[in-house]
Amino acid sequence: MSLIVKTITRLTVGLILLYGIYIVLHGHLSPGGGFAGGVIIALSFVHLMLAFGKDAVTERISKQTASKLESVGALLFLSIALIGFFGGYFFLNILKKGEPFKLFSAGTIPLSNIAISLKVGIGLLAIFLALVILEEVKREK
Amino acid sequence: MNQISIIPFFVIIPLFTAFLLSLIGRFIKRLFVDVLSETSCFLLLVASMYSLNMLRESAAPALIYKVGSWMPPFGICMVLDGLTSFMLITVNLVAFLVCLYSHNYMEKYTDKPKFYTLFFLMLAGMNGVVVTGDLFNLYIFLEIASIASYALVAFGTEAEELEASFKYAIMGSVASSFIFIGIAFLYGFTSTLNMADMARVLSAKPNQWLIPFVSVLFLMGFGLKAALVPFHAWLPDAHPSAPASISAMLSGVLIKALGVYAMIRIFFNIIGTSQAFLSVLMFLGVLSMLAAVILALSQWDLKRLLAYHSISQIGYVVLGIGLGTPLGILGGLFHLFNHSMFKSLLFLNSGSIDYAVGTRDLKEMSGLREKMPVTAHTNLIASMSIAGIPPFNGFFSKLIIIFACVQAGHLGYALAAVVGSVLTLASFMKVQKYAFSGELKEKNQNVLEVPGMMKLAIVSLALICVLAGLLLLPSFRFFLNDAVNVLLEGRKYAAVVLEGVLK
Amino acid sequence: MILYLLCLALFCVGLYGVLRKRNLIKIIIGLGIIEYAMNLFFVLLGYRYHGRAPLQAQDQQVLNMVDPLPQALVLTSIVIGLGVMALVISIAVRLYEKYGTFDITKIKRLKG
Repeated sequence: MSLIVKTITRLTVGLILLYGIYIVLHGHLSPGGGFAGGVIIALSFVHLMLAFGKDAVTERISKQTASKLESVGALLFLSIALIGFFGGYFFLNILKKGEPFKLFSAGTIPLSNIAISLKVGIGLLAIFLALVILEEVKREK
Repeated sequence: MNQISIIPFFVIIPLFTAFLLSLIGRFIKRLFVDVLSETSCFLLLVASMYSLNMLRESAAPALIYKVGSWMPPFGICMVLDGLTSFMLITVNLVAFLVCLYSHNYMEKYTDKPKFYTLFFLMLAGMNGVVVTGDLFNLYIFLEIASIASYALVAFGTEAEELEASFKYAIMGSVASSFIFIGIAFLYGFTSTLNMADMARVLSAKPNQWLIPFVSVLFLMGFGLKAALVPFHAWLPDAHPSAPASISAMLSGVLIKALGVYAMIRIFFNIIGTSQAFLSVLMFLGVLSMLAAVILALSQWDLKRLLAYHSISQIGYVVLGIGLGTPLGILGGLFHLFNHSMFKSLLFLNSGSIDYAVGTRDLKEMSGLREKMPVTAHTNLIASMSIAGIPPFNGFFSKLIIIFACVQAGHLGYALAAVVGSVLTLASFMKVQKYAFSGELKEKNQNVLEVPGMMKLAIVSLALICVLAGLLLLPSFRFFLNDAVNVLLEGRKYAAVVLEGVLK
Repeated sequence: MILYLLCLALFCVGLYGVLRKRNLIKIIIGLGIIEYAMNLFFVLLGYRYHGRAPLQAQDQQVLNMVDPLPQALVLTSIVIGLGVMALVISIAVRLYEKYGTFDITKIKRLKG
């Protein structure tokens, strides 16, 4: 990719990642939540991959790591749901619910958002990595 | 935590196992992967029997579980009534035996932990469809199970399997989009998504154009998932291409839990059936019965022949349920249970032949009876069940369906059912002759019988085929009668669920 | 009302793509258009007259919101669509390796 794309990518990739994390953490206060924030986080890595080539991402997050992190995200979500059994019902919101419109409120909802963003984001990144590695393997043959 | 909280575990256990195996499958020994999956399946089977017992003891017609303790219609509820427990036992029994079978069969494929991940995701989706009481939740679990099955059909990644999986994926996705639009129309009209609440609102508000329109959309969508005849074109390609244990799951339970169960739950309990719709359903059933069995007569690929017979037997089920009389629905649901049993057995046997001999073509194999006696005898039992020969289970369910047709006055349909049965017998005598009797070919001289776990699975299924006729005895009849009563009540299901919630 | 008819027109465009196009990738694009159309239809069902966005800010009282339930459900449906598209695209890539062509009239080994 040309020099302009590489320079702009270097400047903005960190901001995109930060924006994605902001959308995930404020999921119970403003629109967004786990799905949208997870996709934005994944897209920051894909942006890096498009500008600098596959190696810029695979030395930070290999395909094996992505696969394991994805399962960890799903198991985390299931355990948050199972914690509800301490209160008597599946998926019950049992942590303290603070006052509305504060960041630390609404019980287990922010934790679920974080788990879902991990799963969706890393899942999307793993799909991209799998397709790119497939292309490399085919080109080598 | 009281007794009723076992209901969400039907979804939690398979999901947990799926992601756990995906995480640690590479690091633990092969044996532990198999033992973990068989333990989960066994736990699910025990839970389904326990839930049947719980339902019988509680004397309420339905048990309701409120997820997150939100009151329906604001929250999602999971409903366990007679039809649900019937489907749960069918699905989990077949899944347990297929899991035992895959212990040895999947050694021939690469990457067993990924196989088990997808298998448990499909099982979680099917259990979720059966247990849920909310319409959009049904769509979500339907999609989970469908996507897992698209990936499982392409598991071997040969050229033909990829082609079959692509065709199945595109057609299945278009059908799911029709179902989604139907759900969107129903939500727009009733502004609720809970099944019981929607039934109550639909019977109160006057609606002329909505019900026929939504019925057509759902018939197209669920008809494709259930493989009724105008929508069957994906099945003869997809079911042979999957590995044999997945073919048994797809043909044995997936087309029933996603297609037939969802259709009858929505039509009988929410929208309400009219005589016009029931006659369309009966016509499609008879069309499936005859067209598929005639197309199956010319097949030489063993699994493709079995796939066409799946379409035909689903035609029997839909004919039985479409009659609308108590005897007809009893016959239809009993045939659904029986078909899961003998069709899974037939597909597992074709997998055994593939494992031992290496081919699926009927012209290449002969005389296998001397080398593989267990497979040959269980195949004989399954063939006699599907053709409807007494005293195996297929005979009883087909007899009830034919009696119900005659009783309702549709003599032509009864005659078509008998003709279909005779042609099925012809097909399976061909299979038995070409595969098992005759001379053993030169290249097949040193085939062995299948290993122990596979033998255990197929002998258990054969035993169930022999004994399932006993389900009609009065002391065991409750298993079917509860399911039939749920469908016959129709929209009064809404009142039952809503008052169960308030308790 | 005209908005719902346009959604239906978008659905029919996607359905035409799935049914009549010969290239595998165009069929997948048609499937994507079908999914967009049905998600859009479901969100549009929630509109109320003079409705405002269903957000609650700290010192404001919002009385006439549009329906927020379809918006939450469509979020899930979009991710399901993403999963299906990813699967179908990977299958198409491997089909190209095995058959050498994207033309669906030539990928016809299973018949009968």
